[in-house]
Amino acid sequence: MATSFTVNGKAHTVDVDPNMPLLWVIRDTLNMTGTKFGCGMALCGACTVHINGMAIRSCITPISSVSGKEVTTIEGLSANSDHPVQRAWREVDVPQCGYCQSGQIMSASAMLAKNPHPTDEEIDAAMAGNICRCGTYQQIREAIHRAIELHGKAAAPRSAELEPAAENVAVGGAE
Amino acid sequence: MSVVTSGFDRRRFLKTSLAGATGLIVGFYLPGRRELFASEGATAAVNAFIHISPDDRITILVNKSEMGQGVATSLPMLAAEELECDWQKVNFEFAPAALVYFDPFFHMQGTGGSTSIRSSWTTVRNAGASAREMLIAAAAQKWSVDPSECHAEDGVVVHPGSKRRATYGSLAEAASKQQPPANVKLKDASQFKLIGKPIKRLDTPEKVNGKATFGIDSRRPGMLHAVVLRCPVFGGKVGSFDATKAKAVPGVKHVVQISTGIAVVADNTWNAMQGRRALEVNWDEGPNANISTDSIFQTFANALEKPGVVATKRGDAAGNYDSAAQKIDAEYRAPYEAHATMEPMNCTADVRPDGADLWVPTQFQTPAQATAAKIAGVKPEQVNVHTTFLGGGFGRRGWSDYVIDACETSKAVGAPVQVTWSREDDMQHDYYRPASLVRFSAGLDANGKIVSYTARAACDSISNWFFPGSVKNGMDSSSVDGLAVPYDISNMLVDYQLVSGPIPQGFWRSVGCSQNGFFAECFIDELAAAAKKDPYEFRRDNLTNDKAKRDLGVLNLVAEKAEWSKPLPKGHYKGIAVVEAFNTYVAEVAEISLDKDNNVKVHRVVVAVDLGQPVNPEIIKQQVTGGVVYGLSQTLKGEITIDKGRVVQGNFDTFEVLRMNEMPKVEVHIVPSTETPTGMGEPSVPPIAPAVFNAVFAATGKRVRKMPLRPEDLA
Repeated sequence: MATSFTVNGKAHTVDVDPNMPLLWVIRDTLNMTGTKFGCGMALCGACTVHINGMAIRSCITPISSVSGKEVTTIEGLSANSDHPVQRAWREVDVPQCGYCQSGQIMSASAMLAKNPHPTDEEIDAAMAGNICRCGTYQQIREAIHRAIELHGKAAAPRSAELEPAAENVAVGGAE
Repeated sequence: MSVVTSGFDRRRFLKTSLAGATGLIVGFYLPGRRELFASEGATAAVNAFIHISPDDRITILVNKSEMGQGVATSLPMLAAEELECDWQKVNFEFAPAALVYFDPFFHMQGTGGSTSIRSSWTTVRNAGASAREMLIAAAAQKWSVDPSECHAEDGVVVHPGSKRRATYGSLAEAASKQQPPANVKLKDASQFKLIGKPIKRLDTPEKVNGKATFGIDSRRPGMLHAVVLRCPVFGGKVGSFDATKAKAVPGVKHVVQISTGIAVVADNTWNAMQGRRALEVNWDEGPNANISTDSIFQTFANALEKPGVVATKRGDAAGNYDSAAQKIDAEYRAPYEAHATMEPMNCTADVRPDGADLWVPTQFQTPAQATAAKIAGVKPEQVNVHTTFLGGGFGRRGWSDYVIDACETSKAVGAPVQVTWSREDDMQHDYYRPASLVRFSAGLDANGKIVSYTARAACDSISNWFFPGSVKNGMDSSSVDGLAVPYDISNMLVDYQLVSGPIPQGFWRSVGCSQNGFFAECFIDELAAAAKKDPYEFRRDNLTNDKAKRDLGVLNLVAEKAEWSKPLPKGHYKGIAVVEAFNTYVAEVAEISLDKDNNVKVHRVVVAVDLGQPVNPEIIKQQVTGGVVYGLSQTLKGEITIDKGRVVQGNFDTFEVLRMNEMPKVEVHIVPSTETPTGMGEPSVPPIAPAVFNAVFAATGKRVRKMPLRPEDLA
């Protein structure tokens, strides 16, 4: 069954098993490998992408449910790796092995779009679904605070990056 | 399953490994800063580690696997320090598998045992210095002057007498034809410009935009995707199977039996997984289908009824125990632990009649190459190992089982194949941190001085699993690493009962010290309590021997930075521990509280480390913090248990790991030093468990002697 949707602004139509998770369509059909497989059960967050601006776990999201929707992956978060979250991640030098970081960045960017000034508790709650076995949590906290500063300092046009793309933005919406 | 071990010197590896470089271990070309860095013109290989392009860009070949520990930055720093080049023009690539990249400790190409900096400290700096001298020689030849009249600075060779200058890029081709110097003089620490500086990681940019290529991201023309169904019982095998339904799944192309199980090959990973689900298999479960965690620990307990093989003996531990004023006995245990790297095991192989290519996230290139060569029926040098980024390693990727999967499947179907393990495959077919049982007995005199210390360990041997049959005299030193504590003890006995079993055993971040550090530093805390001494002061007062200077140094530093003597907020308690692992000394203080249900919350961890000359303090702090997180997971979260010969846990719901909301504040203090550097990938793991358990004792008066700590243990 053919399913049509957009990824990072580009239209795609795929003819695959309607139950095939979005993760595998992105990775194996479209060959965009920035989104990672970690657990297949929405337990680790490595596969996090945005659908219509909401952070979801693509490993349990059937492709049939994505029909007509706008998917954003790490490759499409910004044109030049200059989203405030990516800039902050570079400034703080967050990644170690880096495997979970696409998911961490997609979760953090969705959280900040919904809540531009989260408390530490809100950051913990929003990010608790993303596992990092290298243990970069402390650096992620620091980088999220830095992203908030960078967003505050950003020029007016850039502020659109952190505006919610839809109502009811939620992290882990597919859980 | 055994690993293929031909093609490298197993005896030398073992000798080195058993002598103290245990741990481990773990390929080829990858693009980085690289897309920004496409060189114009031909790049000249000045030597195996240093390539320079005509536009002055410098590529350092990194012969270690980047699994998060920072080698793709720290090794280039070592080379660039001596090369005298502009750091902004430095990039890295992962080295191919080749003799020239063998590790001087392991006598093979691999990464582990926190040895990358230690083993590269001379070799990679030498490579930089040698290339610098060859560039100077090339300039001197061009200018017909004596090389001694020239010097190098910031990527340029200068002849001050004639004020002539030539960039490295313009000299590289000629330099590559120079004879390498027989000897080079390396810089003194006082001359360092890069070493010791908190330089940003070179691999960060591509790790924040999805461009970094991990093994699982490998894509080859015509590549098929496969998953393998393995017998859930260790030691079991395929009895018979029916692939009819699996082959009926759309997209499934092949179902083939391989030595590790049944491979289902499809056009994408999802279809392969669906095909696997449709397989009908009768397993021959073999002799292990009734074993359990309890039955395994019973074998350990039985073994400890008899004397073990002596690992450390001095004085008369038994006699002085008998005559001691106070006797303290305790039994501790640690469970199996899975590595649970975020990137599940995977390998992409293209096996052809004339050779093979591997795209693999491996810690050990030489065994991976040898494994592929044996399966392909070619010579190791006909196998190109392309090491990708590793999505975590922690010792797991020292094995080549996933290489077997991919090579046998590719050979069987005649196409490039990527084998991907599910999380459940990864967790249920790991090489686990050994479960272990240790019995201690110690004596104190009337003044609370330790007059006798005995530690007796029973567990399986990692070395025996890595090289089957390799442990001849019953002693695997990694099994007892950390039990011979550094304290002032004249009468000490450490012995070991090697108990072989069917559960695969492997190197797990910090290896033997991951459990023995917990055991020993909790038991020392018991001795401090028995002596009615403060836990820090007791340790300090018993670390007066010459060999313990660095242990004492980090202990005192952590006590100072954590303000050990100051009272904590109400309801907060602290514990302390000090452990040396891989010649790096680490002391930690953990501050905790307990809620009404006895759940432990860790608020703050203060760490002091002495690893000799720090190469990159920011990467060191990352590693220390990450090791604390890894250690906290085994302290408070997941364990692997066995029932009916198989692993009970399967995913992150049943094997929990530390998450963001449980992350304490971690402070890292590095002892200034110009001693030869050691490693930091592992050594911060061992002290955290005992520091937390000792804090729990301070809070509750209860000694819990097994990991992980559960609220019910405190009820």
